[in-house]
Amino acid sequence: MKTEKKGWKEIPIAGVCWKPSTEYLTGDWKTYKPVRDPEKCKLCLLCVIFCPDGAIHWKPEENDLEFDYNFCKGCGICANECPFKAIEMKL
Amino acid sequence: MFSEWKFTIREIAEKPDLFMSGHRACAGCGPATVIRLVLKAVRGPTIVTCATGCMEVVSTIYPYTAWATPWIHTAFENVAANASGIEAAIKVLKRKGRIKQHIDVIAFAGDGGTYDIGIQALSGAVERGHDFLYVLYDNEAYMNTGIQRSGGTPHGAATTTSPAGTVIPGKPQYKKPIADIMVAHDIPYVATASPYYWKDLITKARKGLEVEGPAFLHVIAPCPRGWRYDTSKSIEISRLAVETCIFPLWESINGEYQLSAPSKTIALKPERKKPVEEYLKTQGRFRHLFTPKFKGVIEEIQRITDKRWQRLLKKCGIN
Repeated sequence: MKTEKKGWKEIPIAGVCWKPSTEYLTGDWKTYKPVRDPEKCKLCLLCVIFCPDGAIHWKPEENDLEFDYNFCKGCGICANECPFKAIEMKL
Repeated sequence: MFSEWKFTIREIAEKPDLFMSGHRACAGCGPATVIRLVLKAVRGPTIVTCATGCMEVVSTIYPYTAWATPWIHTAFENVAANASGIEAAIKVLKRKGRIKQHIDVIAFAGDGGTYDIGIQALSGAVERGHDFLYVLYDNEAYMNTGIQRSGGTPHGAATTTSPAGTVIPGKPQYKKPIADIMVAHDIPYVATASPYYWKDLITKARKGLEVEGPAFLHVIAPCPRGWRYDTSKSIEISRLAVETCIFPLWESINGEYQLSAPSKTIALKPERKKPVEEYLKTQGRFRHLFTPKFKGVIEEIQRITDKRWQRLLKKCGIN
């Protein structure tokens, strides 16, 4: 695969990183995928706090949670820490 | 001395992440949660500097960066020197009238960059009294290079340079009490924290930023690859470390020790203190301790944990 690379004149001085990591999707690392049961979920938001990847977003205007599978690495911390057992890891 | 900053879980969840998604830490990384939570405590413009280590490697793989703050990478040994340089530059720019607002400085380093390699730069920076917050995310070995033992590795843990075998039961030495060393430098704020007690962690990070002068925050950060456990257990293990008193939570304000709420409950109700086996059996790095050959090592770990816990209670004035 051929990719366009920048020449030495275009790259920033001292090799400063110039792209946000949100352009790099880590979602394809996962085997298991967290699935939330909205019936059991009490919106305690502990999963938002504990997620190492910041892949669970709290949407205050909709009063709901959203899992961002583009970044979720499938570690299962959210399912393990959920006090209501509302998250299940599925293949 | 400290502002009465109160927050709810919703406010924290609404605050944008300054350590963004898309970093390439392993699944279930404890330090990544710790850094996300510490950066939720910032109160304004902040400059972050990071020693070489896991969190530096995973967050800035060229050309991507996971940091939404100004960020400077530095070598393993001099993150504290770098932070003092940043703080001194801000002070000069303020004196010359080039900048008006206050800028906070946070230094992140792992246990290798703090316990072993970075301690002389850290000791010098806090002795000079620079105003910065130093956060030690302690995953108890050099995880990034392949699990070599460090000064922060606990007694009995198997690593690639202290393998459990016929001769030794994992690391023969004990964990260095780094936070007590920092208290001995007579700095205004030292604290220990665990990501399971997230409210306590964020409050302590904010206190460290607010205090005038150097602040040191020691956070336990379980590592699924190095500690050999399932990726989903990171936060659970950080809770067990506190409940077994292997990693008690306390803070020292101007040298006065006081226990934080989770550990204070255990101090007042000793029946809630769990035996160290409950913590050890969750991790593969201690698996060999449950064979008949190394049976005495668990008792030794319990003895040293109790000794350090009693010493801490005495410092906090609890009998």
